Amino acid sequence: MPEPAFFVVMLAKIAVVFGLMLLSVAYLTWLERKVISDFQVRLGPMRVGPHGLLQPIADGIKLMFKEDIIPEAADRAIYVLAPTLALIPAFISFAVIPFGDRVRLFGQSIDMVISDVNVGLLYLFGVASLGVYGIVLGGWASNNKYALLGGLRSAAQMISYELSMGLSVVGVLMLSESLSLVRIVGAQSKAWFILLQPIGFLIFLICAIAETNRAPFDLPEAETELVAGFHVEYSSMKFAMYFMAEYANMITVAALATTLFLGGWRGPFLPPVVWFLAKLYLVIFLFIWIRATLPRFRYDQLMRFGWKVLLPLALANIVITAAFVALR
Amino acid sequence: MRGAGCGVRGAMTGTVPLSAYLILSAALFAIGVIGVVIRRNALIIFMAIELMLNAVNLTFVAFSKFLGSMDGQIIVFFVMAVAAAEVALGLAIIIALYRNKESVNVDDINLLKG
Amino acid sequence: MEWLLFVPLAALALGTAAFVILLRNPIYCALALVGTFFALSGLYLLLQAEFVAVVQVIIYAGAIMVLFLFVIMLLDVGHEPPPWLRRDRPRLLLGLGLVALLVLELAVAIGSWIAPGIRGPYTSDYVNAVGNTQLIGRLLFTEFLIPFEITSIILLIAIVGAMVLARRQ
Repeated sequence: MPEPAFFVVMLAKIAVVFGLMLLSVAYLTWLERKVISDFQVRLGPMRVGPHGLLQPIADGIKLMFKEDIIPEAADRAIYVLAPTLALIPAFISFAVIPFGDRVRLFGQSIDMVISDVNVGLLYLFGVASLGVYGIVLGGWASNNKYALLGGLRSAAQMISYELSMGLSVVGVLMLSESLSLVRIVGAQSKAWFILLQPIGFLIFLICAIAETNRAPFDLPEAETELVAGFHVEYSSMKFAMYFMAEYANMITVAALATTLFLGGWRGPFLPPVVWFLAKLYLVIFLFIWIRATLPRFRYDQLMRFGWKVLLPLALANIVITAAFVALR
Repeated sequence: MRGAGCGVRGAMTGTVPLSAYLILSAALFAIGVIGVVIRRNALIIFMAIELMLNAVNLTFVAFSKFLGSMDGQIIVFFVMAVAAAEVALGLAIIIALYRNKESVNVDDINLLKG
Repeated sequence: MEWLLFVPLAALALGTAAFVILLRNPIYCALALVGTFFALSGLYLLLQAEFVAVVQVIIYAGAIMVLFLFVIMLLDVGHEPPPWLRRDRPRLLLGLGLVALLVLELAVAIGSWIAPGIRGPYTSDYVNAVGNTQLIGRLLFTEFLIPFEITSIILLIAIVGAMVLARRQ
């Protein structure tokens, strides 16, 4: 492919993915509210537009025009920086996830992935591990004890569960023999890895929920005990940025689960992108379902579960998979 | 075959020479040493040590590229693993010290002076 | 082209490193150090060491510095009391001058130096063909197997040691 065309295609892909991501983040809030209301046998947002479809837009406009408050005792520089630090990793991690097969367009073959890097999975884990900065720094800079406690909790929680998350995908790596997500999807042409790695998938899913700070692992922002946790002092667009980061993380993690365990864009009859989105939203629905069903863990339960159950389980999974791969 | 590095002179045209990486690494290492010497906060001294380790890592990776050997990168991998262990222990020691002394200032930690 | 990336990254590394040892608030120092690690990661990418670059971000920025932040917040050590730089200004300046001289000398010495030694078999083309990560993995489990295993013991000892040290009596 000639260089200018390459750059045009690249920019177009980035623009499309970024735009869709923003749109999905906005409508995920609507989806979550609707699904949870269904679980609780009520209607949810209905006023703004048909079935409340314009609610995210109304919310966005409202947040934009809210007063932006910075607490007097806050560390201003970091207070302002922290929401951005939460948002950026959430968005750039999508760069290595393949969302479709190679297609031919205008006589060029185009990969349906922004960048197929050799160390794609490691890149994702690297970027994901940066998400904790936004939360910890936001909690500290607010100069509020609830916020600080939320920040500290989330630091401990995210480091602990990142470990098991990393170990849970080692089985997939051994089976696919690659760190590139495109090749991992390629390796699932015969069987999805959820069939070969059911325990790995389960551990991954649990850790993913913990990493995105969602119920039942939403201790960093537990409303009933920490008011709102690390973002209690945030208002207006800064609050919105935390909110967007959380939902963007949810999409990324669901996309990763789809890519690693559910065969990525693979599927019969329908076009690959449709399959990818269908699986993605299935995982997201699962997340919402879990949130509507399970109560929150206590902090010591959370730590014990992460270190004494998930970690040994993940290690055992690796040993078994390794034996399987070696004997094959 | 020999000669991996080349002078800074005449190198501004194309690729970055090995010497540029080595000079940068030396400067970073020097900053780390200065930090250890001038600061009194144990945590920041610790950070300066990490900085020095990283300066050395840069040298290893640069040599690995310019000498066509993977050994440098593998040693960096080991350095990182050991650094992680070191940080876990070092921070645990600092926490233990803080419990006893209510301070992380290295000037206050002088029990052995008697 | 390479200089275009090298110079800003080097400047970023040096600038943030200077902030690490000059700023008073430990949190700011830690953040500056994260900046240094990112600059170094970029330099590793420039040196075609993708694996090391990514691992640098995961281990240093993602784990080690988060631990630092965690401890700084937990202990609430705040600012160093003034004078946070040692009192002896003249001696400090003398020392800094000597350091600058040493770095300058090194720069001159290194600049006119030709690396001796024989080039290894891992040329850029070969590494790109096989893959940087694959090569490191292969070497780790063959030539460097024993150091690799010893590293795991070191990490285990560190875990146990950290728990013993930080536990409340």
